[in-house]
Amino acid sequence: MARLLFFGRLSDLAGGRVKDFGLPAGCREISSLINVLTAADQALGEALNEPSVRIAVNEKMAARDAAISDSDEIAFLPPASGG
Amino acid sequence: MIRVSEQSFDPGEEFSAFERRAAGAGAVVSFLGKVRGEDGADPVKALYLEHYAGVTEASIAEIADEARRRWKIDAPLIIHRVGRLEPGEPIVLVCASAAHRRDAFDAANFLMDYLKTKALFWKKEIRTSGEKWIEPRDEDYRDAGRWKQES
Repeated sequence: MARLLFFGRLSDLAGGRVKDFGLPAGCREISSLINVLTAADQALGEALNEPSVRIAVNEKMAARDAAISDSDEIAFLPPASGG
Repeated sequence: MIRVSEQSFDPGEEFSAFERRAAGAGAVVSFLGKVRGEDGADPVKALYLEHYAGVTEASIAEIADEARRRWKIDAPLIIHRVGRLEPGEPIVLVCASAAHRRDAFDAANFLMDYLKTKALFWKKEIRTSGEKWIEPRDEDYRDAGRWKQES
């Protein structure tokens, strides 16, 4: 199972901060994962597709065509607001 | 030193300890950010801040390293709260020490501008009317953009 993490407003849309998710066969990069999530939930998918949302795979920033596997931690990070 | 914690902290104690460690410095600058108290019909009752444990600390360490490349400062102190915070509580403390005041002032200013937009925190305002996630304002990005260097 991959572990999906949703931060900030994305956790409200995803219905939680952490989701364990079995990647379907053929789902080998972030963009195809987002397509799978969009098919299940249009609003969440649109939010994940916003260019301001960054993605980390196993705690490292990754491009949307980066490869993923079923043991990865994949985090969706909306624009940060600290201080 | 970088610390992200759900525990409240005492800014005076933290500053004193930092100032003692910076024994050889000629200048020590601190900035304390607090949860604003608001008036009006629907004031902020609390903030809720979340972070990505480990990754957030690494993002702050990168910002601190960048400050040390740009100015002659010692290792800065950065303390950032997460969890639920009430008006009046400290959120963030930044301390910078240097031989001379200009390096310490500029580095502390830079650290805060970058913490606002580049460190991985997410902030929610809790009001009587409901809760809302906050994203950086245009002026926060403008503030951070002031430090952009020509490469």
